[in-house]
Amino acid sequence: MDFLTLIQIFDSTIRLATPLLLACLAGLYSERAGIFDIGLEGKMLMSAFFSAAVAAVTGSVWLGLLAGIASSLLLAGLHGLASITFRGNQLISGVAINFLAAGMTVLIAQDWFQQGGRTPSLFGGARFEPIDWPFAEALSGVPVVGPIYSELLSGHSVLVYIAFLAVPATWWVLYRTRFGLRLRAVGENPAAVDTAGVSVVGLRYAAVAICGVLCGIAGAYLATALQAGFVKDMTAGRGFIALAALIFAKWRPWHAMWACLLFGLLQAVALRFQNIDLGGVVIPVQAMDALPYILTVVILAGFVGKAIPPKAGGEPYVKER
Amino acid sequence: MTVPAIELKGISKSFGPVQANKNISISVAPGTIHGIIGENGAGKSTLMSILYGFYKADAGEIWINGEKTEIPDSQAAIAAGIGMVFQHFKLVENFTVLENIVLGAEDGGLLAPSLAKARKELEDLEEEYELFVDPDKRIDEIGVGMQQRVEILKALYRKAEILILDEPTGVLTPAEADQLFRILHRLKEEGKTIILITHKLREIMEATDTVSVMRRGEMTATVKTSETSPEQLAELMVGRKVLLRVDKAPAKPGKPILEIENLRVTDEAGVERVKGIDLTVRAGEIVGIAGVAGNGQSELLEVLGGMRPATGSIRLNGESLPLSGPGADGQARRARHIAHVPEDRQREGLIMEFHAWENVAFGYHRDPAYQRGIFMDNAALRADTERKIEKFDVRPADAWLAAKNFSGGNQQKIVVAREIERNPDLLLVGQPTRGVDIGAIEFIHKQIVALRDQGKAILLVSVELEEIFSLSDRIAVMFDGHIMGERLPHETDERELGLLMAGVAGEAA
Repeated sequence: MDFLTLIQIFDSTIRLATPLLLACLAGLYSERAGIFDIGLEGKMLMSAFFSAAVAAVTGSVWLGLLAGIASSLLLAGLHGLASITFRGNQLISGVAINFLAAGMTVLIAQDWFQQGGRTPSLFGGARFEPIDWPFAEALSGVPVVGPIYSELLSGHSVLVYIAFLAVPATWWVLYRTRFGLRLRAVGENPAAVDTAGVSVVGLRYAAVAICGVLCGIAGAYLATALQAGFVKDMTAGRGFIALAALIFAKWRPWHAMWACLLFGLLQAVALRFQNIDLGGVVIPVQAMDALPYILTVVILAGFVGKAIPPKAGGEPYVKER
Repeated sequence: MTVPAIELKGISKSFGPVQANKNISISVAPGTIHGIIGENGAGKSTLMSILYGFYKADAGEIWINGEKTEIPDSQAAIAAGIGMVFQHFKLVENFTVLENIVLGAEDGGLLAPSLAKARKELEDLEEEYELFVDPDKRIDEIGVGMQQRVEILKALYRKAEILILDEPTGVLTPAEADQLFRILHRLKEEGKTIILITHKLREIMEATDTVSVMRRGEMTATVKTSETSPEQLAELMVGRKVLLRVDKAPAKPGKPILEIENLRVTDEAGVERVKGIDLTVRAGEIVGIAGVAGNGQSELLEVLGGMRPATGSIRLNGESLPLSGPGADGQARRARHIAHVPEDRQREGLIMEFHAWENVAFGYHRDPAYQRGIFMDNAALRADTERKIEKFDVRPADAWLAAKNFSGGNQQKIVVAREIERNPDLLLVGQPTRGVDIGAIEFIHKQIVALRDQGKAILLVSVELEEIFSLSDRIAVMFDGHIMGERLPHETDERELGLLMAGVAGEAA
C-alpha cells in the first residue's frame, strides 16, 4: 500500500467520521445532562431530508442547513417534552422519534418531489463545496507534507471543520464553564442541582437543544456535503454508531473524536478495499461493510472495559417524597 | 422580645390523600438550636423542605427575620439566608469538594475564577468553624462524616444564617456525631440559627435550646429543652407512654446453638475483614456485637446469613455449616433455621418496588404453604401477610402497598415479621432500628426479647450502644476484625466499651 493510498483512506476517514462525530457530540451533551437519546438517528435523518429539500427548492445550501437544524430541533423539543416535562421513558421517546423520522421523510419527499422518496440531486450552491486551503495546489508536490496538507487537511466542506472544532469547544464548555459544571452535575445528581437553586428542567432543555442543533448539522452534512441529495434511510444506522462511539469514549469529548475516527476508518477501509484477499481466503465486501456495525456490537457488549454512564441518565427527575 | 429568625404560620401540605402537614405554626429565636422531633412520617422533613423551597406549601406563610417571605424554590430560600443539609446528601459524587461547593453559586460564566475564589473563602470558613476538608478530594473518596461537612460548608458558602439539618446523625459513628454537635455549637456561638430534625431523644436533650414535637403532621408542643424530659418528649411524640428501656427478665442461657471458631473473611478487594474470631451464642440469650461501623461486624453477619464465603468453622446445633460453595447460600441457611434481618433493609431486606405480600414471601417462597401445584398460591400468601401485618401492627395495614411506601419503621416491621414468624433457632439481626421511630423501636425490641424467651439464640449487631446495652445479655466488642473482649452489660459501661471499640484492649475477658 503506497503513501498516497494511505492518505486517501485517511481523507475519506475524516469525511465519514464527520457525521458520526457531530452526532456523537450531540449525544454527549444530552446524556451528560442525564437525558438518554437513542433518537440521534431520527434527528439526523429528518435534518438530512429537510436540508436537502430546502436546498433543492431554494438553491441555497445555507437555507437548507437552517431548515435541517430547525427540523432536528423540533424533534429534540419533542424528546424534551416527553422525557423532561412529562417525565416519560426516554428510550421509548427516542424509538418513536426514529420511526417518525424514517416514515415522515419518505412520505413528504414522495409527496413533494415525486421521485420515489428522494430529493432531486443537488448541485452548485445547493451543496457544501470543498474549501481549498491556501497554496494547497502549489504544495501538493512537496513529499509527505504536501499530500497531508493538500489532500488530508485541505479540501473538506466547512461542516467538517466545524465538527472537528466542536471537539475542543465541547471540552472547554464542559470543563471550563459554569454551564458545563451544571450540565455535568445534572446528569449525575439532579437533586444536588435543584437544591443548589438551579433549574434542572432549564439545564436539561438547554442540553437537548444543543443536541438538536448538532444532529441537525450532522444530517445536513450527510445530504448536502457527503452526498448530493436525500435518499431513504440514508443515515444507515450512523446515529447508533455514534452512540456506540459515545459509550466507547466514556462520554468524554476528545475520546469521542478518536472513537468516531476509528469508526470512520473502518467505513473508509470497507469502501476502499471491497474484497480483501488473504492468501486464498477472500473476505467478501459484505463482511467489510459490516465491520463498523460489528465493532458497535462488540463495544455495546462491554468488551472495551467498563463504561460508567452519567449516574442520573435515563431517569426523569422527580422530587422524592 | 427579639424578632424570631423564622416564623411559620399555618403551614399545610398534602401529597395526594396524605396530609403531611396540618396547620403548623412555629417560631424560632435567632442564635438558638431548635429541635424538631417526631416519629418517622410525622411530617418533620416535609415541613423543613417547604421552608427550603423544595416543596410548595398548600397554605400558610413564612416569615424570615420579621419579614413575610415567599419561598417558591430553593433559590429563594438561599437568597433568604437558609441552608439545608438533607438526610440523603445532595452531592455530585464524582465532583471534587470544591466543585460541589461552587455548584449553583458560581460568580460568572467561567469556572476558574469561581473556583479560585471559593478555595480562598473555604479556607476562611474552615478556620472560622473548624470544619476541615480537603477541597480537591472527590466526594466518593471521602467518608460520610466528611460529606456532611461539605454540605454544611455549602450552606455557609452561600451565606446561610439559618441552617436546617435533617437527621444528621443517622449515618454517623458516635464519634462523628459528637464532632458534629461541637460544630453546631460553634455555629450557634457565631450567631447562626440552627434547626435540628431528629427522632433521637438523646440528641435533642444534648444539643437543643428549644424543641417542637410533631405527631402525624401536627405540631403537638413546643417546649424549652431544659424544662422537659426524654420521657415527656417520647410521650408527646408517640401519644402514649413509652418504655425507653426494654423490660426483660434475666436470660436463662441453654445449650450452645451457634459456635464460631477461627472465622476469617476476606472481601472482594482481598482485604481480610474478619481475622479469626471465636464466638458462642446459646439458646435463650441475646449476644450483642458492638463496634464502630466497618470493623467486620457486617461481614460476620453476611457470612452467617449465607451472603459471603469464609474460612474457619461454624457449628449450628452441633452440626457443621458449610462456609463456601453450594449449601452456603441464604436459602440453605434458612433451611437450617437461621433467620436474618439484614443491616440494610432497603437493599437486602426488601424489594422496594414490590408489594408487602410479595416481600413477605422472599426467602421463603418455596414454602409448601405458598404453593399450589406448579403455581404460587398468592391468595394463601396474602392471607399470611395480612396476619403478620396485624400481629406486628404494620401501618398502613395494606398488603398491596409497595414496600417503598411504608415508613422506615414499618418497612422494618415487615422484615422482622417475615423472619421472626419462621420461628428460627438462630436469629441474626443487623441494625434493627436504624432509621426507625421510637414506637417501632419499642415494638421490635419486644419481639426480639420474646423470641429469646422462647429459648432461641439471637445475634445482634448494632452501632447504637444504647441498643446494645438495653437488649444484650452478653456483649462482644469488635475492632479491626477481632473480638476485643466480651462483657456482661451490668458489669460494664459506655466508657469501657468505647475504649474497646477504639481498639484499646482491656484486661483479658
